[in-house]
Amino acid sequence: MELVFAKTKGLSDKASHYCPGCTHGIIHRLVAEVLEEMDVLEDTVGVASVGCSVLSYEYINCDMTQAAHGRAPAVATGLKRVLPENRLVFTYQGDGDLASIGMGEIVHAAARGENITVIFVNNAIYGMTGGQMAPTSLIGQKTATSPFGRDQQIQGSPIRVSEMLATLDGAAYIERVSTHDVANVTKAKRAIRKAFETQKNRQGFSMVELLSTCSTNWGLDPVESLGWVKENMLPVYPLGVYKDSTGGK
Amino acid sequence: MAKVLMKGNEVIAEAAVHAGCKYLFSYPITPQSELVAYMAKRLPEVGGLFLQAESEVAAINMVYGAASAGVRVMTSSSSPGISLKQEGISYLVGSELPAVIVNVMRGGPGLGSIQPAQGDYFQATKGGGHGDYNIPVYAPATLQEIVDLMAEAFDVADRYRTPVYILGDGMLGQMMEPVEFKEAVDYEPTPKEWATTGTRGDGAPKVVNSLRLDPADLEEHNNHLQAKYRQIMENEVKYEEYLTEDAEYIIVAYGTVARIAKNAIKTARSNGYKVGMIRPITLWPFPQKPFTATRDQVKAYLTVEMSAGQMVEDVRLAVNGRKPVEFYGRTGGMVPTQEAIYKKIVEIAGGDQ
Amino acid sequence: MEKRVIFNTDLCKGCGLCVSVCPTDIIFLADNLNAKGYRPATVVEQEKCISCAACGRMCPDYVITIYRPEKKKKSAS
Repeated sequence: MELVFAKTKGLSDKASHYCPGCTHGIIHRLVAEVLEEMDVLEDTVGVASVGCSVLSYEYINCDMTQAAHGRAPAVATGLKRVLPENRLVFTYQGDGDLASIGMGEIVHAAARGENITVIFVNNAIYGMTGGQMAPTSLIGQKTATSPFGRDQQIQGSPIRVSEMLATLDGAAYIERVSTHDVANVTKAKRAIRKAFETQKNRQGFSMVELLSTCSTNWGLDPVESLGWVKENMLPVYPLGVYKDSTGGK
Repeated sequence: MAKVLMKGNEVIAEAAVHAGCKYLFSYPITPQSELVAYMAKRLPEVGGLFLQAESEVAAINMVYGAASAGVRVMTSSSSPGISLKQEGISYLVGSELPAVIVNVMRGGPGLGSIQPAQGDYFQATKGGGHGDYNIPVYAPATLQEIVDLMAEAFDVADRYRTPVYILGDGMLGQMMEPVEFKEAVDYEPTPKEWATTGTRGDGAPKVVNSLRLDPADLEEHNNHLQAKYRQIMENEVKYEEYLTEDAEYIIVAYGTVARIAKNAIKTARSNGYKVGMIRPITLWPFPQKPFTATRDQVKAYLTVEMSAGQMVEDVRLAVNGRKPVEFYGRTGGMVPTQEAIYKKIVEIAGGDQ
Repeated sequence: MEKRVIFNTDLCKGCGLCVSVCPTDIIFLADNLNAKGYRPATVVEQEKCISCAACGRMCPDYVITIYRPEKKKKSAS
């Protein structure tokens, strides 16, 4: 028998704490597979953020530094600027960490063209703290802090981070992908690979925004959640490459 | 090396370079902005980097990242900016990362003034950020002392895996004095097997982290930190005594205020008052020894600060009720004069002899 | 027959993503519970597996390992 698919060495043996069906598991695997395939696991330092993925340092098999909520891009800046040139640095952040408390840090890291890769997991809700509204929550979406549905008048409108950061000259590669079916998971992996290649080639700031699920706080089962991404998130957060100044390598 | 006339903020910067620090992440704020401007030019000369962060919050987190990578790193700010850094400092402590944090104090609270003050003593010595911890705090009084203390500050930071404060004030930052730098010694870097530099050839992945969700685990970590602090309290206390052997009244002051107080003491001595001074150089660990040695002999202590009274509480603890501890202070950026301090001595001593 | 798709059932959380993406519909959640209390994903009809690895690619818990039968070498005629 020929081996077609097995668990990557980029992941540790620890069983994860994520909810059944949580796309964090898929995305961790994509990052780990890319790093293993590029043979850079031993040259990489990841920056864990605060959210459901706070324990990501237990699952991904490379050196990792835990950052305070929102500060991962600044921590990554400190690491990348002082480490030897061949080291790769990435952050792994959710929508609260990156787009709420960390909005200043992500904008400035991108503006400075920091040569880091940001993995942005957007599931339009705060998972870890119990399902509160996120800056990326949809209008009408019911959450713990928008129990009547997000009201534009009271709570404003969702933020499209990829489009926003793409306006910055320092950003070299920004793509939004999704995890709601196998074809899109495959495309997501290619985007993550492209992002790390951008960093390796010292072409500037790279980010992959991955539309993701939170079946526990959305109140849907895992398979239904994939459908919710397709029906509701894709129209608000269109997939695609928003910035590519890498010369199409 | 020859003596060179330099501005305090620039001395702090150059002293750090001499101590092997090649990285500074800071945000401009009065009265320390000359420090960052100096470093922007100086660090590239030694193959280092000054990066202006978008905020003091971002700066302390960049320090956290660089410290995690095992390099000597510094950030500098003034009072309101140091407030912003408190979260990051608590994280540095919890993750046991070495770094030097410079606070050139100004009047507060809030936006305050840009004049010198010593109102951040509590913030520096009593935690400042959340959780149980202490940070070694160095309070230089002269620019030469900055030079002499800086290498020790980085060394203590590395040896104990802790952030370290250099606490100055606006006067220290702005004044110009001749200083002498020792030859920049190629310091022997303390091996940092814990640093996240990639695992190539190194073994299992390392994690730099302050999260410990199991309470028994976190208690053990706290016990470890407290044991560290006991070691620092035993080994790293620094203070200066001035004319305390026969003193009947002892002034307690630190930083530039101690220099002003010295002049008041000279006047007092020439008028027959037996006055001396204890000058803490480390504000934490606070020197207990000189107080134990003098509290039976003196009639009273006088603490002088540019604050509403912060260090005076530690003096009272050290004196332990044996003798009165008086206080004289100015706030808002006002600087105590030697005449006013002398007047206070006379008042405590019960009028002109 | 040699298994084409192998489930490390103790890791499975019964989320059902693999069930939903299998093109030959051979994955189902077993009736028994695993050590964590979930109904683990499982395959009985191994011969219907086409080794596409869709299940492995959607699994968030790295439960599944997929093999493909080696192609019989063409004999020179």
